[in-house]
Amino acid sequence: MTTSSILKNPSNLRRRKITNSVMLMLCILAAIITILPLLYIFFYTTQSGVSSLNIDFFTQLPKPVGEEGGGMANAIAGSAILIGIGAMIGIPVGILSGIYISEYSKSFISTIVKFITDVLSGVPSIIVGIFAYGIIVIPMQRFSALAGGFALGILMIPTITKITEEMLKLVPQSLREASLALGVSRWKTTLKIVLKTASSGIVTGVLLAIARAAGETAPLLFTSFGNSFWQTSIDEPMAALPLQIFAYAISPYDDWHRQAWAGAFVLIFLVFVVNLIVRIVTRNKFSGNL
Amino acid sequence: MDALDSGKEIKSKKKAGDIIFENITLLFALILVGLVVFIAIEMFLDSSQSRSKFGFGFIFSQNWDPVKEEFGALTFIYGTIVSSLLALLISLPVSIGVAVFLSEIIHKSLRTSISFLIEILAAIPSIIYGFWGIFVFAPFMRSTVQPFLNTYFGFLPFFKGQIYGTGLLTASVILAIMITPIISSITRDVLKAIPVSQREAAYALGATKWEAIKMALLNARSGILGGSVLGLGRAIGETMAVTMVIGNKAQIKESLFEPAYSMASVIANEFAEASGSIHISSLIEIGLILFGVTFIINSLARVLIYSVTRKA
Amino acid sequence: MMDIEILKEGVFDEADDSEKNPEKEYKNAVSTKDLSVYFNKRAAIDKISLKIKKNTVTAIIGPSGCGKSTFLRSLNLMHDLVPKARVFGEIFIHNEDINNFNAVDIRKKVGMVFQKPNPFPTMSIYDNVVAGLKLNGYHKKSELDEIAEKNLKYSGLWEEVKDRLKTPAVSLSGGQQQRLCIARTIAVKPEIILMDEPSSALDPISTSKIEELIYHFREYYTIIIVTHNMQQAARVSDQTAFLYLGKLIEFSKTRRMFTNPKEKLTEEYVTGKFG
Ligand SMILES: Nc1ncnc2c1ncn2[C@@H]1O[C@H](COP(=O)(O)OP(=O)(O)O)[C@@H](O)[C@H]1O
Ligand SMILES: [Mg+2]
Repeated sequence: MTTSSILKNPSNLRRRKITNSVMLMLCILAAIITILPLLYIFFYTTQSGVSSLNIDFFTQLPKPVGEEGGGMANAIAGSAILIGIGAMIGIPVGILSGIYISEYSKSFISTIVKFITDVLSGVPSIIVGIFAYGIIVIPMQRFSALAGGFALGILMIPTITKITEEMLKLVPQSLREASLALGVSRWKTTLKIVLKTASSGIVTGVLLAIARAAGETAPLLFTSFGNSFWQTSIDEPMAALPLQIFAYAISPYDDWHRQAWAGAFVLIFLVFVVNLIVRIVTRNKFSGNL
Repeated sequence: MDALDSGKEIKSKKKAGDIIFENITLLFALILVGLVVFIAIEMFLDSSQSRSKFGFGFIFSQNWDPVKEEFGALTFIYGTIVSSLLALLISLPVSIGVAVFLSEIIHKSLRTSISFLIEILAAIPSIIYGFWGIFVFAPFMRSTVQPFLNTYFGFLPFFKGQIYGTGLLTASVILAIMITPIISSITRDVLKAIPVSQREAAYALGATKWEAIKMALLNARSGILGGSVLGLGRAIGETMAVTMVIGNKAQIKESLFEPAYSMASVIANEFAEASGSIHISSLIEIGLILFGVTFIINSLARVLIYSVTRKA
Repeated sequence: MMDIEILKEGVFDEADDSEKNPEKEYKNAVSTKDLSVYFNKRAAIDKISLKIKKNTVTAIIGPSGCGKSTFLRSLNLMHDLVPKARVFGEIFIHNEDINNFNAVDIRKKVGMVFQKPNPFPTMSIYDNVVAGLKLNGYHKKSELDEIAEKNLKYSGLWEEVKDRLKTPAVSLSGGQQQRLCIARTIAVKPEIILMDEPSSALDPISTSKIEELIYHFREYYTIIIVTHNMQQAARVSDQTAFLYLGKLIEFSKTRRMFTNPKEKLTEEYVTGKFG
């Protein structure tokens, strides 16, 4: 595309100016209709959820069908446990593979790893659920928190790998050199200087991965499965906040809908706060005289 | 001059700690790669029963009958393809508009907060989109959008017939909302990679702002295509939101108002309750197809995106 | 400004153990033979051979891109970090083949100060000084305190920072940061110090402080300093090497280099005809 071909008819100035204004207006309109659903979801969830967001919601078990009240204490605890299991898989694999890509980026393998990381982040989460089902549910012959946590862990990996890689690449080469020049070995330099300098950025990446995992529903449907009772052993089916929201959302009871909105509000709040933190931390990073 | 003529090479010995550490990180990197391979192998093996019983016919059969144990994926493939492509069709112009808005129109001081909001849009869990879809968006489609389309475009077969609210069209619009942040953010990235000098040259020749932007967009087209393909991949794999609003009826109908079913949705709905092993195996085969398609689509998207942003 | 008395008494005994071990007496701190460095297939320096005596200051001059940094960085095996770099030839550190050491040991012996001050941003002033020791697993608090104070005194920074040792190193001015980097370098007790244009990013006052340090340091260390500033070379160095297009054109006593160079090219360069 050359510049002159756009201007093949420069005489028609008036029409071009009108086109210009119209197209720019359309772009503004596009932005508005993109933001609208967000605001709508935000306010609607707040409006419908806050009223059910009481102490009971965080401390009580679900009530049987037909009874009003109750809460999602077991689902919240379950989500925390599932995420904990996931983090034990996602954090080490994510950070160490991120280190590999960033610090040993000369190698052909690291190009492959980088590519696969991008591809893995696009694998539908329900597929990861099937994988966890085959690897853990089938051999154990029952749904379990372990299977759910495993699935969440896999889903956390690409986010953490990517952020680790990007944050490590932001660490100036001069710091690596400074440390090596003091007679510090390469691996100690990587861990104690490079990783430490990038640590706040990496922590935000982990937070981001956790916030995403907290909202994942599909991979838990047939791994963790859900549970109406208090349940903390990881080889048993376990409740999770998004599973509970799903179950309540498609139920016919108004009270359950209200509780589901409350759960949705908690999730959105989490996402919002985490993203805000990420924004603030990554913006202030490595400015100044590095 | 050849480097090898220059005498003995000085190569410092690596310390054991460095070798160990490099290999540990390599091991974990390989775990990541191995996972993807392992997922593929596992699904391939676990779908063997379905694959040997139905063969390639699985893809072309509309039959889905757990009682008679007859399985075919066509209706789900149809639902997935139509909803995703429609979502992309709706989302693409909007996404480009948003990208242009954020990179060219809006004042710097507001840019960060607006792009932050759009990032949040990408981070909202899909279960919440589905929930909102059932209670707010589908009723809105039923009461307003679909009657409007029926009235003015009813001569088209897509906008005919019974109006339910939930259905293929509603799922597509929700998907479009969900993938817009992805496509617009990639479009912004590739626009950034287009050299400013081109823009300045256009202005110097008297181009209007839009004409300069259009030129940049055209130059960035393979990157935008990459972003679109990435968004398409996301839409194809999207599960909860679609499951909650698509209607979950295994059928192929002309009208977009009709309920349909997607590959991810049928897995979500039937997997935990599937009784027969051939039923599970068929669901896993659908998963395998889904995995294969998203894998190829994502690879393609990355190659397209790298090709633009690398040049910069 | 600087406590020269302390410097003279010196805790630099290690650098000076030749008297205790006469058999280890050596005159050449660094010598290279046919040293070449290639980036991909291109030679950045080509067959450089020179010998540098112990406890002298050597300046390396030459136009930008002639390979000064490349030469310097090969002496502490810094090219390890650059995958496309390959180093050929021979390097002797205190008459011992560099291939007999691993990179970590070499870098403990051969310290380096960089062009741009690069203190560790996550660390305090104090932690920066003792970073080399701490990172290598040395944690005795009382000794570290002493080492920090001592080395900050040697680098002439102590009076300026003694009340705020725990504040982040990046809060210092550029000149102070560079002296902190020098303190950090000497804290690991190197015998040779490489300096790559250590004052080119600094103001004149900071520059003169660094030059003053170099002047006093020659008693304890062998110093090799890259500079593009001819006056600086003349002020601080005993001998000067002139590189041009990756080749060593001339290596002689600094005074001679600037008054009566052997090579025509050197004369043109030092008189500012090009460069
Ligand atoms: N990391 C590198 N990769 C490729 N080429 C390099 C690298 N570092 C230096 N060079 C090349 O080596 C030559 C010498 O560079 P350098 O030693 O930095 O010069 P000086 O320090 O004298 O200005 C230059 O041509 C430069 O382009
Ligand atoms: Mg240099």
